Amino acid sequence: MQEAQANLRPMMEAVDFSFTYPGASKPSLKRINLPVLENRITALIGPSGCGKSTLLRSMNRIHDLYPGCRYEGAINLRCENGEVKNILEWKKENDLIRLRQKVGMIFQKPTPFPMSIYDNIAYGLKLQGIRNRSELDERVEQALRDGALWNEVKDRLKDDARGLSGGQQQRLCIARSVALRPDVLLFDEPTSALDPISTVAIEEMIMELRGRYTICIVTHNMQQAARISDYTAFMYMGELVEYGETDQIFTNPREKQTEDYITGRFG
Amino acid sequence: MNLSQRRLLINQLFSIVSAGTAIIGLLFLGWIIVTLVMKGTESLSFKVFTTDLVNGGLRNLIWGQFVLSMIATAIAVPLGMLAGIWLQEYGNHTRYAHFIRDLSDVMMSAPSIVIGTFVYAILVVPVEHTNGWAGIVSLAILMLPIVVRTTDDMLGLIPRELREAGVALGIPKYRIILDIIIRAAKVGVMTGLLLAFARIVGETAPLLYTSGTSEFWPEGLTQTYPSLTVSIYNLATMPDAEMVKLAWTGALLLAVFVLTLNIVGRYVVRDRRKK
Repeated sequence: MQEAQANLRPMMEAVDFSFTYPGASKPSLKRINLPVLENRITALIGPSGCGKSTLLRSMNRIHDLYPGCRYEGAINLRCENGEVKNILEWKKENDLIRLRQKVGMIFQKPTPFPMSIYDNIAYGLKLQGIRNRSELDERVEQALRDGALWNEVKDRLKDDARGLSGGQQQRLCIARSVALRPDVLLFDEPTSALDPISTVAIEEMIMELRGRYTICIVTHNMQQAARISDYTAFMYMGELVEYGETDQIFTNPREKQTEDYITGRFG
Repeated sequence: MNLSQRRLLINQLFSIVSAGTAIIGLLFLGWIIVTLVMKGTESLSFKVFTTDLVNGGLRNLIWGQFVLSMIATAIAVPLGMLAGIWLQEYGNHTRYAHFIRDLSDVMMSAPSIVIGTFVYAILVVPVEHTNGWAGIVSLAILMLPIVVRTTDDMLGLIPRELREAGVALGIPKYRIILDIIIRAAKVGVMTGLLLAFARIVGETAPLLYTSGTSEFWPEGLTQTYPSLTVSIYNLATMPDAEMVKLAWTGALLLAVFVLTLNIVGRYVVRDRRKK
């Protein structure tokens, strides 16, 4: 088991990473070391306020929307030519735009743009410079197929995306990110606003994407982490308590705190 | 009398009192509308729309009011929307933005006659006669803070997640604002603009010393410009009974127009809520 892990290269890796929110006296994340392995699913679990979303949101620097956040340490990203770069050193707006095209993100609440289903997906593609009509059509269809949404929406691509159900909207948002062919997909509690059936659909979709994309998912639902992830990291009070293969974390945790949390004996 | 009976009684009493005060309010509103319709229709005829005031009609006044309001809107809307976008999307939470916000709130509650007097001092006194441009500037100043705050508030209603979703796709900020945020806030902003227009189209005080009013078809914005509201004010106090009737007709037309704009504005909002 350890061997399998050794063969996989980290796509992203936090190294001694600390994060402080603007105005906060203490860091919300303390010296986190976490690899996110290529083409595998890594789950972040932990109680509310433990910093798992904060960590996820650091990985595409979405915190930078709000001025005053402080990053320390490094978050490394492996770029196309194999070069490893620390994304925290990127300062220019254009660098951050490129980072987010490589590292996509899906949020807790579905966020369809106020435009048609087709345009929701085509919009990002057009901004990436794809103008050719037939290529756009093809990419949109592919993305919707990846999102297991094609059969449901193929006859109403021109309809407003806000008319879809919550679960469909969320799958559209995933399809929209996938269409840009990022290297990494970050999911911030993607199913916590959805009913159980939509949740299953999203989970299946994430499993489909495994092997082609590096995925990191924050979830409150431990069963979800156990079902879909290859690796799990347990966080508590801004620290990474334990990281390992999901089976090991859930069946044989090394740390007492991890065991208490996954068995529900947590104060 | 036990406790529950007493509560029941107080409850009934309260219902009667609040319903009663509501009826008093509606009564006055009904009274105003009935009077307006009765007196306003007396001299309402086709002639009102085809002749100018000098010949006993309102044509030049209606046109004049419309032109002044439209040009003022054309000035205030782009400026105000840009300022509103800056407040919400760029300057939000900075001290300068708070200052601008407070300032527009103050401007919104500034008495319109004060604005009229100010414009009189800077645009009428130097040229020594009332003119259309002065009226337009006056109305635009009145409208500007409304547009700023409407845009600001409506963009503020757009959930943060939508902006973050745009950012997370690697979309440049100006694109997110233009293609996503504004589009999501479109209905609210449009309604706000419509209501702002309805607000200025019925204003008298800002025009009183700026555009003035005239009996003739307008000769250009550098001259004294016909205004329906200012003429209503003038005609209402004239000794000639026919002139007073004409003022009532003007008031009725104005009321119908503003009411229509308000109803359309509200209807659009309700339509959106249904979705």
